[in-house]
Amino acid sequence: MCLAVPGRVIEIDDSAPPGLGPVGVVDLQGSRVEASLAMIPGVALGDWVLLHAGFAISRLDEAEARETWEYLRDADVAGCVGEFPGGAGVIEKEQGAPRRGQS
Amino acid sequence: MNEACKPLVDRINAAVDSSDGRIAIMEVCGTHTVSLFRSGVRSVLPRGLKMVSGPGCPVCVTTQGYLDVACGLAGREDVIVATYGDMVRVPGTDTSLARQKALGARVEVVYSAREALKIAAANPTSETVFLAVGFETTSPATAATVMEADRAGVTNFSILGGHKYVIPALEALCSNGRTGISGFMLPGHVSAILGTEAYRPVVERFGVPCVVTGFEPRGMLEGIARVAEYVARGEARLDNAYPAVVRSSGNETALAWLAEVFVPCDEEWRALGMIEKSGLALRGEYRRFDAREKLGVQIVPGGEPEGCRCGEVIQGLIDPPECGLFGAGCTPEGPVGPCMVSSEGACAAWHKYGGAG
Repeated sequence: MCLAVPGRVIEIDDSAPPGLGPVGVVDLQGSRVEASLAMIPGVALGDWVLLHAGFAISRLDEAEARETWEYLRDADVAGCVGEFPGGAGVIEKEQGAPRRGQS
Repeated sequence: MNEACKPLVDRINAAVDSSDGRIAIMEVCGTHTVSLFRSGVRSVLPRGLKMVSGPGCPVCVTTQGYLDVACGLAGREDVIVATYGDMVRVPGTDTSLARQKALGARVEVVYSAREALKIAAANPTSETVFLAVGFETTSPATAATVMEADRAGVTNFSILGGHKYVIPALEALCSNGRTGISGFMLPGHVSAILGTEAYRPVVERFGVPCVVTGFEPRGMLEGIARVAEYVARGEARLDNAYPAVVRSSGNETALAWLAEVFVPCDEEWRALGMIEKSGLALRGEYRRFDAREKLGVQIVPGGEPEGCRCGEVIQGLIDPPECGLFGAGCTPEGPVGPCMVSSEGACAAWHKYGGAG
């Protein structure tokens, strides 16, 4: 339950209520997940973050993110990320699918 | 595993050779337990180094009494139970959430506490109860969701509190003196919230080296190598082998949310019993989101499945195959204890990968 997965912030919606905003969309190697970005002050588009239970919990650099993804893929953890709070909640699975509209 | 791992294995071998006896390192986190097997790291460790599983699988330390209350709530017509998927198959005394759902109960699997709040909004005539379990990776999400519910004036949402702090459990394990743990490999993602410095009292009070560790093979071997070297040199050091993600002060926003919504309370852990100030109780006005008070339910302490030795497993006292039920009366398909149910439980990992890794 405590495995967070790395992803890249591809949308940010700043209009969420103060304190809990912003929310955004994180790309997990092609799977897009809605997430709260509120734990990462100053978060910007393109940042790499660790996602867990619908919240980005930490920033990380791209090299670390890619190394973690390789491991997740090799160890077949990625295939079962749905078991973990960090991995489910997928909005879209296709690369290049239309972006979710911002509210 | 690749070539880059060899120098790390050499360091571990050297540390074990220079220590006077066995080194036992507890991997606190259930995700580490699984990753150590899956990655093959366990299979390259020397005989003199033993990795023991700890109490860091949230499902495994959730009590039977908690599950019984959750199943009872699921049986009520006016209640929707929203839960992380890991909890659904864990048997309570008489039933499980999965069985309740098959019988028609409204049990919804969510990936985030925020999803539970959305379910509440979509079902205004029912009470949605979120099963709030897990350590510091999930508790800030619950805190944020409770704050959101408070701000929005939501009246049909509550949580069944079962969150726990990791550090009091480590202190309890060190205090009972039975486990012979030489050092701790600390959970990377829990530590992203807590920060490295939060563990300083454990290191200083009990003299055990503690190293925050990531989850890919090289990171795990680095963490193990550092713990083994500190043990061999007799140094009680606090160290961070996952600096790409974990800072010394943790995630200040998440910690502020926890302090805003919760206060520490005494909490019962499966097998470990009551541990002082290891639980998170809703604070002040947020108590109106407490399902226990709102729905008048009480969690009864105690009650383990007969013959089940999960309690000894999560304290590192025995390896899973030493339990008489392991692989016979208790399998991943027909689990008796929580460590066999959860994909991150030590028994499930040993059953799937075998003791040798």
